[in-house]
Amino acid sequence: MKQVYLDNQSNTQVDRRVIDEMLPYLDENYGNAQSMHSLGAKSKDALEKARMQAADLIGANINEVYFTSCGSESNNLAVKGVAEAYKQKGKHIVVSGIEHFSVLYAAKRLSQGGFEVTYLPVDKYGAVSLDDLKKSLKDNTILVSIQHANTEIGTIQSIGEISKIIKERNILFHTDAVASVGLIPVNVNDLGVDLLTFSGSQFYGPKGAAALYVRKGVKVVPLIDGGIQEGGRRAGTENIPAIVGFGKACEIAKAEMEQNHGKLTHLRDRLIKELPGKIEYMYLNGHPEKRLPNNINFSVEFVEGEGMFLFLDQKGIYVTSGSACASRALKMSHVLTAINVDAAVGQGSILMSVSKYNKDDEIDYVLSEFPPIVQKLRDMSPLYSHFKKTGKRLEAGPGTDYEHNHK
Amino acid sequence: MPFYSEKVMEHFQNPRNVGEIKDADGVGEVGNPVCGDMMTFYIKVKDDKIEDVKFKTFGCGAAIAVSSMVSEMAKGKTIDDVKKITNDMVAKELGGLPSHKMHCSNLGADALHKAIDAYLEKKGK
Repeated sequence: MKQVYLDNQSNTQVDRRVIDEMLPYLDENYGNAQSMHSLGAKSKDALEKARMQAADLIGANINEVYFTSCGSESNNLAVKGVAEAYKQKGKHIVVSGIEHFSVLYAAKRLSQGGFEVTYLPVDKYGAVSLDDLKKSLKDNTILVSIQHANTEIGTIQSIGEISKIIKERNILFHTDAVASVGLIPVNVNDLGVDLLTFSGSQFYGPKGAAALYVRKGVKVVPLIDGGIQEGGRRAGTENIPAIVGFGKACEIAKAEMEQNHGKLTHLRDRLIKELPGKIEYMYLNGHPEKRLPNNINFSVEFVEGEGMFLFLDQKGIYVTSGSACASRALKMSHVLTAINVDAAVGQGSILMSVSKYNKDDEIDYVLSEFPPIVQKLRDMSPLYSHFKKTGKRLEAGPGTDYEHNHK
Repeated sequence: MPFYSEKVMEHFQNPRNVGEIKDADGVGEVGNPVCGDMMTFYIKVKDDKIEDVKFKTFGCGAAIAVSSMVSEMAKGKTIDDVKKITNDMVAKELGGLPSHKMHCSNLGADALHKAIDAYLEKKGK
């Protein structure tokens, strides 16, 4: 069966060149990078080469990049590490309401420990308002964490402008750039950030390696205490194979960014433009222009997201949904809620994201297989038949009983 | 292991008794679109038996499979027998459901019972 992988915001296929670069470090070069002998030195050299490649991708200095195991760890290190280091100065932090859970829950943990957290609202596209940000900053604010781009709806924040406001107040600024680094140009100096999270598994690197950029002079208290690895900021034996792969992925991403960007944008725009021509009552979520080149997110009215993705799965098309039923927590995605998507319509959300490995014929396949699936589910849907008969949408509320509609 | 049992997937992909009955003897609805699950059941009753049953469901794979399964379990049975069908029995018949789907999606029997209640109420009048 044909397989079309459109879940690239969850994880990307690893580039063959990345795998080839990693293999010797799973095999003959197994030394610990902290060992003083020659085999250890090979790992140490590989580690520092990867650090250079990673720093180069984001315009940082080599000694400002710290490797971690994943984006969530980097986000936790940034938020909790800065909070711990600067708590004498103040105990207020600001985050946006559509951050990744690793930022939101790190902030929540801090609030349980006596910190005050402000959650910034976003507009219907998912953009943070500069006015709201200004108003949220206080004398005891020590950190603001606002993502560069949203993984789910693709909206890119105006980080440069946000940074100016924060810097005027002499506050530290962290951005979670997991969704954007490797796909669009990211430069820590242009963005004006003090800390930045990025992860290789989002751009054809392996799982198990990510990084946190920490501007020189910014203090971060480690989450893991122990040895001297990563300048004492992250103890634990370095995952050399994954880090080597991460470094290679950074190098490739930089070298091929322009061509990949063009390709992703082309595939994305085909789905965004052509799907609504084939499926009625579907609405784009996220910003139409300030958007990641790989992100497609629609709400398909009158159907539920999990039903769609299960049928798509049967056709070998791998996507995801932000509906309540599709989440194990049984809650609609916090991002869709924050951008004020109608709670019933949001149940039909479908998230697709393309990679450099997708091809036009795969998009053709999705365009031909997806509409009949929606039709099949709509033919089963009481919401759709009600709408077809009356031209009205069912009014919904908790515990609503619609029996009267049928008397 | 896949998320759903084979039987759930089979019913989800080929749901039985989808549709509406125009001159239904009873209609029952549960859930609402905000929760992501809503089921409407239509029944035709003859000689105290469920002569025909149809449903429309908005919801996840489990909700659709549950609707399909309970419609099969009810068809041709007496009203008394159908009233004894519980949501848990439907889930069991499907080879089980993921635990977090047991409450939100497993409402087929409730919807069917509501349709029966509507029929009985109408008949009593």
